[in-house]
Amino acid sequence: MSKIPVDQRHEYPQDNTYWRSREQLAEAPEWKALAQREFANEASELIDPVSRRNFLQFMTASMGLAGLQACRRPVQQILPYTRTPEDVIPGVAQHYASSFSMGQHSFGLLVESHEGRPTKVEGNPDHSSSFGGTNAYAQALVLDLYDADRSQAVLNKGKKATWADFSAFAKTLPADGAGVAVLSETIASPTLAAQSKAFLAKYPKAIWAQYDPLNSDNALAGAKLAFGSAVRAHADYEKADVIAAFGADFLHEGESLAASRQWAKRRKPDSQMSRLYVVEGQFTVTGAAADHRVRVQTRQVFDVLRAVAAELTKAGLPVDPAVKDAVASAKFENEKFVKALAKDLLAKKGKAVIVVGDAQPAAAHALAHTLNLALAAPVTFTAVPDYQATEQAEQLKALVDSLGSVTTLIILGGNPAYNLPFDVKFEERVKKIANVVHLSDRVDETSALAGWHLPRSHAFEAWGDTISFTGQVAPVQPLIEPLYDTKSDIEVVSILNGNSDKRGYDLVRATYSDRLDAEAFWRRSVHAGVFAGTQLAAVTPTLTTKWTAALAAPPAKAELELQFVVGSIYDGRFANNSWLQESPDPMSKLVWDNAALLSAKTAAEMSVKNGSVIKISYKGQSLDAPVWVQPGQPDKTISIALGYGRSKVGLVGENVGVNAYKLRHSAAPWFDGSVTAAPVAGATYKLVSTQDHGSMEGRPVVRERNLPEFQRDPGFARKMVQHPKLQSLFKEHDYTKGHQWSLIVDLNSCVGCNNCAVACQAENNIPVVGKDQVSRGRYMTWIRLDRYFEGSEEEPHVVHQAVMCMHCENAPCEQVCPVGATIHSPEGLNDIAYNRCIGTKYCLNNCPYKVRRFNFLAWHETEPEKIKMQHNPNVTVRMRGVIEKCTYCVQRINAGKIKEKTSKVAMKDGDVTPACAQACPSGALTFGDLLDPNSRVAQLGKDPRNYGMLEELNTKPRTTYLAKVRNLNPELG
Amino acid sequence: MQYAANLDPEIARAQLVQGKQTFDSVSDVVHRVAEAKTTRAWYIAMAFSLALLGVWGIAVAYLVWTGIGVWGLNQPIGWAWDITGFVFWVGIGHAGTLISAILFLFRQKWRTSINRAAEAMTIFAVICALTYPTIHVGRVWLLYWVFPVPNQMAAWPNFRSPLLWDVFAVSTYFTVSLLFWFVGLIPDLATFRDRSTTKLRRTIYGIFAFGWRGANRHWRHYEKAYLLLAGLSTPLVLSVHTVVSFDFATSVIPGWHTTILPPYFVAGAIFSGFAMVQTLLIPCREWFGLKELITMRHLENMNKIILATGMMVGYAYAIEFFMAWYSGNEYERFTFVNRAMGPYAWAYWSMWSCNVLSPQLFWKKSWRTNIPLMFVVSIFVNIGMWFERFVIIVTSLHRDYLPSSWGYFRPTITDIATFAGTFGLFFTLFLLFIRFLPVIAISEVKGVMPAANPHADHGHGAEVKA
Repeated sequence: MSKIPVDQRHEYPQDNTYWRSREQLAEAPEWKALAQREFANEASELIDPVSRRNFLQFMTASMGLAGLQACRRPVQQILPYTRTPEDVIPGVAQHYASSFSMGQHSFGLLVESHEGRPTKVEGNPDHSSSFGGTNAYAQALVLDLYDADRSQAVLNKGKKATWADFSAFAKTLPADGAGVAVLSETIASPTLAAQSKAFLAKYPKAIWAQYDPLNSDNALAGAKLAFGSAVRAHADYEKADVIAAFGADFLHEGESLAASRQWAKRRKPDSQMSRLYVVEGQFTVTGAAADHRVRVQTRQVFDVLRAVAAELTKAGLPVDPAVKDAVASAKFENEKFVKALAKDLLAKKGKAVIVVGDAQPAAAHALAHTLNLALAAPVTFTAVPDYQATEQAEQLKALVDSLGSVTTLIILGGNPAYNLPFDVKFEERVKKIANVVHLSDRVDETSALAGWHLPRSHAFEAWGDTISFTGQVAPVQPLIEPLYDTKSDIEVVSILNGNSDKRGYDLVRATYSDRLDAEAFWRRSVHAGVFAGTQLAAVTPTLTTKWTAALAAPPAKAELELQFVVGSIYDGRFANNSWLQESPDPMSKLVWDNAALLSAKTAAEMSVKNGSVIKISYKGQSLDAPVWVQPGQPDKTISIALGYGRSKVGLVGENVGVNAYKLRHSAAPWFDGSVTAAPVAGATYKLVSTQDHGSMEGRPVVRERNLPEFQRDPGFARKMVQHPKLQSLFKEHDYTKGHQWSLIVDLNSCVGCNNCAVACQAENNIPVVGKDQVSRGRYMTWIRLDRYFEGSEEEPHVVHQAVMCMHCENAPCEQVCPVGATIHSPEGLNDIAYNRCIGTKYCLNNCPYKVRRFNFLAWHETEPEKIKMQHNPNVTVRMRGVIEKCTYCVQRINAGKIKEKTSKVAMKDGDVTPACAQACPSGALTFGDLLDPNSRVAQLGKDPRNYGMLEELNTKPRTTYLAKVRNLNPELG
Repeated sequence: MQYAANLDPEIARAQLVQGKQTFDSVSDVVHRVAEAKTTRAWYIAMAFSLALLGVWGIAVAYLVWTGIGVWGLNQPIGWAWDITGFVFWVGIGHAGTLISAILFLFRQKWRTSINRAAEAMTIFAVICALTYPTIHVGRVWLLYWVFPVPNQMAAWPNFRSPLLWDVFAVSTYFTVSLLFWFVGLIPDLATFRDRSTTKLRRTIYGIFAFGWRGANRHWRHYEKAYLLLAGLSTPLVLSVHTVVSFDFATSVIPGWHTTILPPYFVAGAIFSGFAMVQTLLIPCREWFGLKELITMRHLENMNKIILATGMMVGYAYAIEFFMAWYSGNEYERFTFVNRAMGPYAWAYWSMWSCNVLSPQLFWKKSWRTNIPLMFVVSIFVNIGMWFERFVIIVTSLHRDYLPSSWGYFRPTITDIATFAGTFGLFFTLFLLFIRFLPVIAISEVKGVMPAANPHADHGHGAEVKA
């Protein structure tokens, strides 16, 4: 695998349209500037007005070449390996275990590689934070590897330099480290932690601070309040009968993979079904999955928790009297809810748990710890690694306070110029620093301020290790030589530490060398993707009560509130990732933008509607943001996602959305009152959502009952639709032989998180189409996460439903295709021969589920060349003018059948898993062979909840659903 | 001109040919349109039509080059202006054959002076219609796969698909209509050949006149062939639009999946076809001095047909609503309520007003014989029938079963240009027809003149010079 020469950067065509909108192509001044700057002098000539001379030149050349063109097709050579790499069988994918981290959370991965090209990410089942599932970020990681905007060379003051130059610079650092400061992202790597210690030992006067904009400072501070020491709480949702989440989106953020897996196990509608209460300030997927959701301003979530605590203690929950007194007077207007929740928690003592979100103040966490211990909740505690045991806000403050005396600031990853709180005035201060070094995967906002720009290796290009939230240590294994001249964090710190020749591999090996069986352990661990026996030590912390004064804080005032939330592109690091940009927000279904989410009432008070623009003013800062009216949003709360509005990130993400960090103050990183908002007269902004209609119109699409009703009538779902005997005009296929594939979606476990949709996009070479095309209804994702609201606009009840091709046994699409391009396979798959499709779109019209997608334009042709390296070679890249849709990952089925044939070992249930089912953390999707009586799908097919959507049309869908059952508290109804 | 002059003494109806026309003068009048110096008006009309045709060419080239995405189609609305345009033009193409074939079999002699133009209109409309299924596919260059062309890959079209039935129905209709038209033209082409003043014209008309000399045997063969083709065409008039309606009726989409569609489509097609004939002939007879051949009686008869078929489609609109309610099918009910009250209500009510309300004016004789009024109504009916197809296609698709995938269709400039361009194609062909071919079936008209009546001499017919 050779490196791509630096000079080929920006060799992609003039196609920012592909990413954003077709109109943008012509006007984009940045692009024109780029074209002029990046190419040789002659290239500028191309966009000059036509001169007589070059007109004649071009005419002659065109005519000459036009003739040549006709001679033959362009020759493309496929070269064999001169030395075949060990274990590589051309055409057979290999999987390598690895891991990656975001803040304190790390996830185990299995990365699929085709002849040396990483193409797809899957979860590592052995990793305790993944359990084989992945989140959308992990899925999208592989696209970042091939991002055409990655930086490719060391830059010194904007000029190309070498790593040797940087090593030379590193040698000039003051020997004692005076005036040297390092700002890194969260250290979630034992090797990096060791290196950072070594760095501080070598440069004793240097400062090292860690900062991630989305951190768990409050949880850490809360633990310190409650226990006097840095511990982490891990709720076991599998053991919980009652879960009360206070501003905690635990099914979608942080350790969501493990959490949703545990939670889903207890959402089977039997006597063991758990009950979920959510009190929150933004409508999250956890709130949508809840049995009871209470919307309050985020500032009031703590008030509700205190009211619940008061009720619990009144009812005799044994807590420290100091706590009891401090909360005694707390009240929440919805007393019925508080009483019912408290009663339920007490009734399920030992199996009830309270979880609090990262945005909630430390005291809320401390109170939750107190209550959980009193409730004997299924929560375990572990120590926090020492390098993560200081609040990042404190570390940042220490760094910022000393910036005046800093002469060299080394920024390892992260993007502080973009995402630090505005009151830090980072840009202003950094400009005064003589040497600023920035390690980054691209030339971003921070790089623009830095003299030294160091290109950073992607997680798939470098050795490393990660430590997860629960302490699972896992190796980071490269899958490909760095595409460009890049280095990883540990390699850069190694240079700073004076070991410029050390390779990442040696650095990581060194961390795990102090064992007798080091070599065997290493090999075993790299293969498994986890270092065995590395969980953090469990601790049994003891409560203190010195903190109870914080409980007496006055209840939040009822004024307008601003709240920061996490959107599809996390903290902004995925802004240039088109899959995530086009991945609809689970609740608002907005793509390619963030918005100021308002409740209908608040919007009416401000006299704004969807697409209006409001000016949000906070502590002297202001931001114009488009409005989106979100049902279920608390009144007087503006929720806005962080991570958007990047000014320097690349062609995909530049100026997508608005930058909410501009309103983030270090004293109130998550929410605050004292904010004002006013409509900007006459201004409008086009927001694009993938689902315009939120009501089910009373149709039996998602079928749902409360648990007691379900127990009375378990087969309710099928009874919801009455129809006469169904008969087909045509002779039906024979489905009694071979494999008969089926997919079952358990609506009780599906929370609408989008992970399956992004996984599908990665597996099946599904193009992104850009905001403009999405607004025209042409998104291409094969899986939709339909979101329906029911009930009032204020307190809606939300259901999510994954909808992919139903693979109808009696498919309406097949009958209408004039050329027979879509036909049934003997295994019950609804196949498309893309080569045969002429694009009449009749099948799209006649699909009652509307799961077929048409290539309205040549989406793939405008992709940068590098992105094409991500494509799965086993899946056709569809050209324009053809229909496509979910295939149940037929390439995986065929791979399984080939294996069955060659190994002569019969396929077992679970041997073939489509990408969606594989990524789903909650196990909501089950795939298998209906004819195998022991398969999970055959079993689930007998579940009384099983139903087929629109079965009355005699489509006989193979994708079926398990009806949703909620477990409402009878007292709340 | 005085209507109800020249009464037919036997039946006390207006003569089919008015004024003092003789066999000679009829030939003169019709031939003059082709032979006389090309008028400036024709050039202006032609320039305008060619410009529109150019727009069409550009729009189609852009479409084929870039992809169907240049239209406003989306998911869930996979068909909109394209298939609306197709059905619109196919519908217009119904009047010609109806007039030629069915009215011929029913011995409706009044058809003779309008059938030629109506048939030409049919053929040109079907050409316009055929452009749509051709260009609306994603990969135009592979369209020939819809034909059962034997190939080594044994790939064969899917005969269950109504689109394939369309291919055969429309192409058969086109072929038979063309043949019928051409056979009817032969005697007149011979007249043109004989009257040609230049050698080139004589040669070309001569080739297409197939050596017609007006011999008795020629006439006998001709009349047989014409009768047979009329018989052959008659079921086609009913079948083509029936098959076109199957595109919708056999689908599973509420609003499409109804058994009423075939008769409803046929009635609508005749309705729109006659409206288009009116739209074309009213100015034609004015400009080319054909008032004595295309008389008020013709226009009035056609207005009566428009009134009758307009009420038929009105009945269909109403019965659809009733059936949607009566079926108890919630999806079906929703679709119709949504048509009338949903985001496309404007289109639905435009359809009602144009198609059902505006022809009601024709109940009154003085109104249905009022030229400006009937011209306006015919335009309204054309518009209304376009809306009918738009309503059926788009409103059914835009909100079908799953509310999550509901959408809205907005045409792009290319949609509009493509549709406007088909009018360019149509009028270009029609203007060429007017200029170079007999716009009125000379021989047939002569056949219905009193002079052709063997008993004319006995005082039954009007006075005619020999």
